[in-house]
Amino acid sequence: MKASLNIAPNMSLHIGLRMAWRNLWRHKRRTWLTVGAMIFSNLLLVFLISLQFGSYRMMIDNTLKSYTGHMQVQHRGYNDNPKIRTSIEGIIPLASKIRKQLGTDMVAARGVAFAMTSSKQRSYGLQIIGIEPQFEANVSTLPGLIIKGKYFTDSNAEEIIIGSVLARNLRVVIGDELTLLGSGRDGSFAAGVVTVAGIFESGIIDIDRSMAQLPLAYFQSLFSMGDQGHNIVINASDLTQVTALKKQVSHIISDRKELTVLDWNQLQPGLKQAIQADMTSAWFMYAVLIILVAFSVLNTQLMSVLERTREFGTMMALGLKPSRLSTLVFTETFLMSGLGLVLGTALGTLLAYYLSIVGFSYPGMEEMAVRFNLPDRMYPSLSLLSIFLGPGVVFIFSLLASLYPSLRLLFLQPVSAMRAV
Amino acid sequence: MTAIVCKDLCKTFQQGDEIITGLENVSITIEEGDFVCLSGPSGSGKTTLLNAMGGLDTPDSGQILIGNTRLDQLGKGALADMRLNKIGFVFQSYNLIPVLTARENVEFVMQVRGVPAKERASRSFKILKEVGLQGMENRRPAQLSGGQQQRVAVARAIVGHPALVLADEPTANLDTLSSSQLMELFVELNHHHNITFVIATHDVRVMRYAKRLIKMQDGKIISDDTQEQINTRDK
Repeated sequence: MKASLNIAPNMSLHIGLRMAWRNLWRHKRRTWLTVGAMIFSNLLLVFLISLQFGSYRMMIDNTLKSYTGHMQVQHRGYNDNPKIRTSIEGIIPLASKIRKQLGTDMVAARGVAFAMTSSKQRSYGLQIIGIEPQFEANVSTLPGLIIKGKYFTDSNAEEIIIGSVLARNLRVVIGDELTLLGSGRDGSFAAGVVTVAGIFESGIIDIDRSMAQLPLAYFQSLFSMGDQGHNIVINASDLTQVTALKKQVSHIISDRKELTVLDWNQLQPGLKQAIQADMTSAWFMYAVLIILVAFSVLNTQLMSVLERTREFGTMMALGLKPSRLSTLVFTETFLMSGLGLVLGTALGTLLAYYLSIVGFSYPGMEEMAVRFNLPDRMYPSLSLLSIFLGPGVVFIFSLLASLYPSLRLLFLQPVSAMRAV
Repeated sequence: MTAIVCKDLCKTFQQGDEIITGLENVSITIEEGDFVCLSGPSGSGKTTLLNAMGGLDTPDSGQILIGNTRLDQLGKGALADMRLNKIGFVFQSYNLIPVLTARENVEFVMQVRGVPAKERASRSFKILKEVGLQGMENRRPAQLSGGQQQRVAVARAIVGHPALVLADEPTANLDTLSSSQLMELFVELNHHHNITFVIATHDVRVMRYAKRLIKMQDGKIISDDTQEQINTRDK
């Protein structure tokens, strides 16, 4: 006996597709309602995921630009166990070399030490950062966050920049003197008196309370560092450039085997973890949306199958195997979901693309931006992942939702089906 | 040559607590080219017998043979293949696929059978012309009258050159004129193409066209006469 479907599946596909498409429009309103739900959810998903990716990028950029930078050159082992002795020799010439070879000014050398800082009334332990005044503003937003006084201009000046919380705790104002007491690189006693030149407010209490900056040359002399420092901070123009830039920097320092380049993920692993935690909660919300759409598809297709039982019985009487009927219903869902996918993704992409150019802000964002030296607008970040991830999952779940009505047809009996009202 | 043989068919149905007899030891042999009417009151077993002969329903016991194949022993898939290749159906309510045009409805079975597109097109065009629907090929069922829809159903049933066409009350929803036109079409197809027809009906006008009339009652065959025998008896 000749097999029915196995002989020419491609020829059968033709009429199957036609039937599936026409069946969709037998109840235009119902189909459009379901497709509308898909379009809306796909639009929302493309927009929200792009916005989410954009906000993560902004969050990473803002966090890294405030202090850490996109990457740092350090002595091997310094990141895991930061000691004043684990330092980079000739740090300023090396920073200059990197700057020159990369063709960017977003490179700055730093030194890091700890000291007891005393005003006339109080004392606190502080992290002291030695910075290159002329380049620090290119890798950090802190110089732009001065609320009183001014940032350094002279690399040898015996001046200090402190956070607003520390200024309050030490009860000092611009022009007051602070005494620094610490340990030098060679184990010697590091002591100096500096004048408060500026007070910054980063909005991050830990930084505002426990970090201070000195000009690098003065820092090196105070802590007996010679020509050494602890890290060279490098910023990329964009987060996506980090990997390529890291390779370039690694190549530049390849003759210094004691040095290594660490990217932001190695420097601040907590940042990625925080993003992952946020993504998990966002995906819970998306999952609810996707499940609602899937149930809408299930309802539509189940209704559609139930009201066509008689017709399916006829087709079985004509010689169609139940599996072919299941394929028909599955094809209908495929077309419906495909329509929702294409329209929803297109609209969502257009919206996200438009906002990725003009950006958008919410009430209060501009004030915050001015206060913390951050961008005043958010920009959705469009990528293939942000465009297709959400709609792709909606599409797959819609197809899965149609499995139940499709599989029901496998158990249909022609006679009882044709008796259905 | 024999088109179909039924031997000792029995079928019962459960309706609530009651067991209803659909078929009780029904045995018939239908020859190729025969034009048979199954008649009898509602519940006499006509449709049950037709469904069993078409492989739409399986009997509780007994044998159904089309050629050398026993229908009662086939699985779901093989039964579907048998219906596709050997049997044509005409239903009381036409049962056309509403989203397909007249031509597509006719082509549908051929397409599932894997007939090439060109051949499908020429055969459907020819058969629709034969049933008097030339010029209406691209109309959907809703755009056709009942009689025209039934003609499409007939075209669909015979386009695959089946060994047997089973029609269940094909004229029940048609007016007198359409009924007689349809029956004349059946006779013509039977005569010219030697297609075997088994028609379940309780319409006396339809029975007049039969070469053989089988009367059923309570699931049993109570008479099985040729047209000549009926005519002789009536005289």
